[in-house]
Amino acid sequence: MKLQTLFALLTFVVMLAALYAIFIYAPTELTMGVVQRIFYFHVSSDWISFLAIFFAVTYSIRFLMTGERELDTKAAAAFEVGFIFCTLGIVSGMIWAKPVWGIWWTWDPRLTSMFVLWLIYIGYLMLRRLLESPEQRARLSAVFGILGAVDVPIIYMSNRWWRTQHPQPVMGGGESSGLEPQMWVAFFLALTAFTLFYLYLWKIRCNLEQTTETVETLQRQIEIRLKEAR
Amino acid sequence: MNYLFAACAVIWFLLFAYVFTIAKRQQKIQDELARIQELLDHPRNPGK
Repeated sequence: MKLQTLFALLTFVVMLAALYAIFIYAPTELTMGVVQRIFYFHVSSDWISFLAIFFAVTYSIRFLMTGERELDTKAAAAFEVGFIFCTLGIVSGMIWAKPVWGIWWTWDPRLTSMFVLWLIYIGYLMLRRLLESPEQRARLSAVFGILGAVDVPIIYMSNRWWRTQHPQPVMGGGESSGLEPQMWVAFFLALTAFTLFYLYLWKIRCNLEQTTETVETLQRQIEIRLKEAR
Repeated sequence: MNYLFAACAVIWFLLFAYVFTIAKRQQKIQDELARIQELLDHPRNPGK
């Protein structure tokens, strides 16, 4: 059995365990009720948007240092999949906010900085579409990605630095922060499942990007042959 | 309960839609690869 298939199976099993823990094992929160279970999806999605940026920046820096095209491919794949999870984090947060805060959205520091991250993701993907030269595209998007990553620590610290509508952090947020032990189990299973799923999608997306590059190389060879034939 | 259902529905719909677009792109690029390979193997009969 291929390693990728085994990884997909592992992801599937952990995802099933996470869903069981979220909907059955974890207790219902007293104040918010059943809607609090969105928390497990919302925080996991946001965690992946940060992880994706970390991946993308690491590969972008390595690309700028070495010039290896494969590293640029990995950074681009990390950004694209990260954009999906960033969107999920924002949308799930909005659906959670409506019954709890009474509004879908507010321009508070945490939400605004997260929205800026979403725009950075879109900017990166648009930049790659607009630039035709592969070398220029790789170099400029790497620089853009590295600069965009500055937003991540701002998001993380926003509800520590400023008083926000967004709740205080669950982890490292002082004495009042924390979760019930069963909630921690569900939370860590959800984080693991989303991380595995992200890695699986990222790997598939890398393969797709590499196949696309092979096709472009072959197309260039054909053009050279046609010119020679003339 | 409705909001929880809505959140789950949106999350899984978006994820499956993304996986579907990746599969579509993979299929398209593999078809293109096969066509180019054919073109390189038989340069005088590019249509076959």
